[in-house]
Amino acid sequence: MKQKKISRRHFVKESSLATGGILLSSSLFGSPTSSFKKEKTLKLALVGCGGRGTGAVVQALKADNNVKLTALADAFEDQIEKAYTNLSSLFGTSRIEVKPSMKFAGFGSYKKAIDEADVVILTTPPGFRPQHFEYAIEQGKHVFMEKPVATDVAGIKKVLEAAKLAKQKKLNVVVGLQRRYQAEYLELNKRIKNGELGKIISGQIYWNGAGVWVRPRTASMTEMEYQMRNWYYFNWLCGDHILEQHIHNIDVANWFIGEHPIKAQGMGGREVRKGKDHGQIFDHHFVEFTYPSGTIISSQCRHQPGCFSQVAETFQGTQGTSYTGGGNTAILKSYSGNNIYKHDGENDRNPYQVEHDRLFAAIRSREEVINDTEIGVESTMTAIMGRMATYSGKEITWDAAMDSNLGLVPNEDLLDFNSLPPVVPNEHGEYPIPVPGQTSYF
Amino acid sequence: MNSFCIKLSFLFFIFYQVSSVQSQNFEDYSQTVNGENITIDLVAVKGGSFQMGNNNGKEDEKPVHEVTINDFWIGKYEITWDQYDAFVFGEFGPEQFKSKDKLKDLGIDAVTGATPPYVDMSFNMGKGSSPAVNMTQYAALMYCKWLTSKTGIFYRLPTEAEWEYVCKKGNTKKDSLNDISWYAENSSEKYKKTGTKEANDLGIYDLLGNVSEWVLDQYDTDYYKNSPKSNPWNKPTKLYPRVLRGGSWKDTADKLCCSSRQTSNPKWKRRDPQIPKSNWWHTDAPFIGFRVVRPRVLPSKEDIKAYWLKAFTDF
Repeated sequence: MKQKKISRRHFVKESSLATGGILLSSSLFGSPTSSFKKEKTLKLALVGCGGRGTGAVVQALKADNNVKLTALADAFEDQIEKAYTNLSSLFGTSRIEVKPSMKFAGFGSYKKAIDEADVVILTTPPGFRPQHFEYAIEQGKHVFMEKPVATDVAGIKKVLEAAKLAKQKKLNVVVGLQRRYQAEYLELNKRIKNGELGKIISGQIYWNGAGVWVRPRTASMTEMEYQMRNWYYFNWLCGDHILEQHIHNIDVANWFIGEHPIKAQGMGGREVRKGKDHGQIFDHHFVEFTYPSGTIISSQCRHQPGCFSQVAETFQGTQGTSYTGGGNTAILKSYSGNNIYKHDGENDRNPYQVEHDRLFAAIRSREEVINDTEIGVESTMTAIMGRMATYSGKEITWDAAMDSNLGLVPNEDLLDFNSLPPVVPNEHGEYPIPVPGQTSYF
Repeated sequence: MNSFCIKLSFLFFIFYQVSSVQSQNFEDYSQTVNGENITIDLVAVKGGSFQMGNNNGKEDEKPVHEVTINDFWIGKYEITWDQYDAFVFGEFGPEQFKSKDKLKDLGIDAVTGATPPYVDMSFNMGKGSSPAVNMTQYAALMYCKWLTSKTGIFYRLPTEAEWEYVCKKGNTKKDSLNDISWYAENSSEKYKKTGTKEANDLGIYDLLGNVSEWVLDQYDTDYYKNSPKSNPWNKPTKLYPRVLRGGSWKDTADKLCCSSRQTSNPKWKRRDPQIPKSNWWHTDAPFIGFRVVRPRVLPSKEDIKAYWLKAFTDF
């Protein structure tokens, strides 16, 4: 018999069921379904015009021939123009129908672009995601949004609330955790759920690499512009790499195990990457996540060149082990060393394309509704809990983390490039950096 | 298929030694790199004429035709991760390189560094003295430019003809492919550290197998029908397809042949989520690498410039 207590593994689902009364009255919101017939041309808006957002537009336009890009928004005009030029040269004006008046630059510009569209792509730095997602759902738009879905707990709660509304409105939401759309991961998950590994008792997940780009400060930049350009290194915008990158591996652990952890403790710091251009984030984290069923996951992520590097997940079950990572490798092994299953993914489809194929098929469908929001929320929150553990050096429980209501991100609608960001450098140009044992999170 | 391939190399590989002007030091050497803890070993290869192609091979290997190659040095090994990461994670201030004037003579206005990869590009198959993989041809060539700027000595990728010349002249396949190369049947699905099999007769390692190697040419099925006799190079005018040689740990033994031509494929960037896609990295090509060459006679500044190919925006 299952536990009586509301299991944390289903905390998102339970909390949305609590509003079940509203679920039945979808007629409040007009049509009982938000699907669109094939013949309707769907208008697409891009909010966040970097390389990833531009890539997502390409995938959306390839997924459905009757989609047009009609609006672009970004804090920076040059980013809008870059995306517009690249997309126009790829698709021409028949599919890129963005009038000059439909290019919206600056803080708060997301609203105007979202207003114009049936489907929106949200690919700004993640700190802004909750506000963008909330608005898009309020306006009844279908959404593709990149991971992570927030950088703080206040953002998590905003996204959760919007997720309930999205369900009621039957809006489709795909979150860019593309391993969920990648053949070898889907196959392994199916086999693990079928019991081929027995029960997962432990695992190790890795995003160990050399680090990412740095965008240097120039003389003309305000502090706000600098942080927006070099956003990877500021927590309110990025959430640290344990969240921004390692979320992919954390998500695989939550997915394969079938629940999210109840507590985390770990260590981390800045050992190698600690210049003024590197803001406030750590260059390594090591976290032990404990799951309700007793499973322990060791999570490591590192941004240090010249060290052992690997992006992968391994799990040990009572009957065998799994490995996913590298190219398209996925292996299930028994403890006697034999392969139970080995995936040859050389000709698998691009998972980034599959995300959009599925999204637009669901938008056109009368039956299927995809909503990845809760998955995205759980994995985002898991990574945030891990970050709280490495920053503070304390054991952090899920409930305490949720109760903290940690908020890092100001209301975007009140910002401009002369606003003071939530974190500023001292007179030496150095930013406050978390110190384990001293930094408190609640 | 194997022995067939070997016989062909013997049959058609006839040298006509070219009596060229001997300069003083045309011998093997080790290139040190200023400020970096790496050395690159080079083997002197005397030029000559040879029969390029294979009339019993695929259509693109026909017809067999005579080609003359000038003297050059070629990397004894494929470029390793240690050697490649020095470039990827290196410093790019002017103090790192030869003087501006010196660089100008080598056709270089600026040296550009690769963007760091978003994921680990070795795919957990090993770093250190294992061959670097997953780089684009542009990135491999920019590595040569970086090396040139550090050392003041002109390095570039081999041409397709130079590569085949070295492979055939070195009698690379000898008796057993298993003695000299890593391929699908013996590699356990991974590349291996460079130089762990036997060298060919010229002392060059891993030409066949381990990782496929970038050369400088655009791929054209019909190129051999009209290519020039002397030092042919089909200069690229578009991004795809370009040529790789030698085959890799992923290829079966029958694919490893001095005359076989492989082509680059846009599919190798299919998991790049950005648009434009990276100029520097593939996401799905952990089987391609490169080695460097240095022509014995330094080309003119203008000729060198022609080798520094521009990046093509990749959607």
